[in-house]
Amino acid sequence: MDIDDKNYNLSVKLDKTHLRNPTMLASGILGISQSIFERLYHENIGAVVTKSISVKPMKGYPNPTVIPLGGGSYLNAVGLSNPGVNAFSRELSHNKIIPIFISLVGSSEKEFSKMVKGFDALNILGYEINLSCPHVSKMGMEVGDDPEAVNKIVKTVRMNTNKPISVKVGVGSIDVVELARVAVDAGADIITAINTLRAMSIDIETMMPILSNRIGGLSGNAIKPIGIRCVYEISKKLEVPVIGCGGVSSWKDVVEYMIAGASAVQIGSVLGSRGPRIFNQITTGLKKYVEKKQLKNIGEIIGISHKY
Amino acid sequence: MEFHTSINKRRIVRIEETVSETPTVKTLVFKDDLSYSAKPGQFLMIWIPRIEEIPMSVMINSKEGYAAVTIRKSGIGSTALFERKKGDFIGLRGPYGNEFILRKNYKKILIIGGGTGLVPLLRLASYASKKKLKITTVLGARTKKEVFFEKMARKFTKHGDSSVKICTDDGSYGLKGTTVNVMNNLVRNNTFDCVYTCGPELMMKGVVEIANKNSIPVQASLERYMKCGIGICGSCCLDSSLVCQDGTVFNGNQLSKILDFGISYRDKDGQKICYN
Repeated sequence: MDIDDKNYNLSVKLDKTHLRNPTMLASGILGISQSIFERLYHENIGAVVTKSISVKPMKGYPNPTVIPLGGGSYLNAVGLSNPGVNAFSRELSHNKIIPIFISLVGSSEKEFSKMVKGFDALNILGYEINLSCPHVSKMGMEVGDDPEAVNKIVKTVRMNTNKPISVKVGVGSIDVVELARVAVDAGADIITAINTLRAMSIDIETMMPILSNRIGGLSGNAIKPIGIRCVYEISKKLEVPVIGCGGVSSWKDVVEYMIAGASAVQIGSVLGSRGPRIFNQITTGLKKYVEKKQLKNIGEIIGISHKY
Repeated sequence: MEFHTSINKRRIVRIEETVSETPTVKTLVFKDDLSYSAKPGQFLMIWIPRIEEIPMSVMINSKEGYAAVTIRKSGIGSTALFERKKGDFIGLRGPYGNEFILRKNYKKILIIGGGTGLVPLLRLASYASKKKLKITTVLGARTKKEVFFEKMARKFTKHGDSSVKICTDDGSYGLKGTTVNVMNNLVRNNTFDCVYTCGPELMMKGVVEIANKNSIPVQASLERYMKCGIGICGSCCLDSSLVCQDGTVFNGNQLSKILDFGISYRDKDGQKICYN
């Protein structure tokens, strides 16, 4: 831990582990390279979440896959492109100090069990199960909308690891709190909320959908109030730590998510305008906030809004 | 705080003119103010509706307010773009990325390009020519019928002892040999303030090695597969650098530390693939 962080205690507890500060890289962003993870660590990130990994490599959809919408919002249907469990465990095989959560995506219990077996010996913090990607069939949200499938998959991952498991939930056809409850009852230690929301953009000149997949997920500024609401509701009803995600672009957004009930906060879309240095800028802002509010630890603000 | 707002906005432009450079290389000209004022080394994300979106370096055009892209047909996206005709529409966003730097004290520069790698270099040459720099341009191709942009390269090398040297691997046009061979001879007998290169990565690797060995500053514009073009997807990473956000231009010092340079790139699924 950096000396700086001891002075202004930004460290947060996340199940069995501690992060040096509450900032995390959201899954799907820059998440395939150990060298990039190291760069983000030098930018003072608390932890990284990898791109969602599947058993076999996936090429994803053809471009356009990412659309900047303006106003700090983005639409994407990348299609879960990833190098697969074998190549990715080689990528992370020399990891020593970077706190990494591996995001997992799949269709069946068998696939999840295979992946955890492939990764569990690595030096990683834990897993995030992606049950909420809104634009790939038979994966992500199509699994997340089926409570029985969620129950089975989380139980399977639980049986294969002692490391912390977070389940990433989104706004689908089932109430987000109920979905989180199913995940926790099946053995999840942490809930990440939320994923992107199903959305679309059409070009009016050509009259054509822009994304090759036509429908994708909305991220960035536009979805922050929804993320705040979900984190608030989940953290009020369930005992497990919640990781907030959705539309975080500054230290103020991190603080808002924590006050709503988040123990840590994931950051993604804003990298499209600010680059990796955003993590350093956010932790600097958080330090100043802790000082100004005379907190011993930033954890003191987690869920403080529940009182009102 | 959104410094990308206007460049991020998708524009739909009409192809005003097409120029056939070789049987497999074509230039498409369109009107777009942001592209017209692009910096050398910057790129556009070109949308071919319902087919692909691909990163393309911004080609110069002589008309004010106009720009172009020069495509070599190879994959699905580039072939579809290659087949676009005058009057067809394409979408674009950008320009993105950093640029080749011309320092104020530079008087004599060496430009080394291969194939469509000439695109950012010609934009650079047009700027350098306005500043009356002495430009030596080495233009390489495999064979005579793959040589293009010669006329334009000559247009920007009118000052003093500026010159254009053409080389082909098979000797069917100009000097016989690679751009790296030609560069080796040039740096032995001349002094250059900076070397600028763009083309096949293994060629650039050779150029950067010679420049570094001879202590000549060097800048190279790199190419990688991209999904987003704006630092989100990570597809274009070399070690910890992103071609879209940290590049496309890297200097010799940076490149000597990047282990992936000239060795490997990431495939669409993110796996590392080695050149050769």
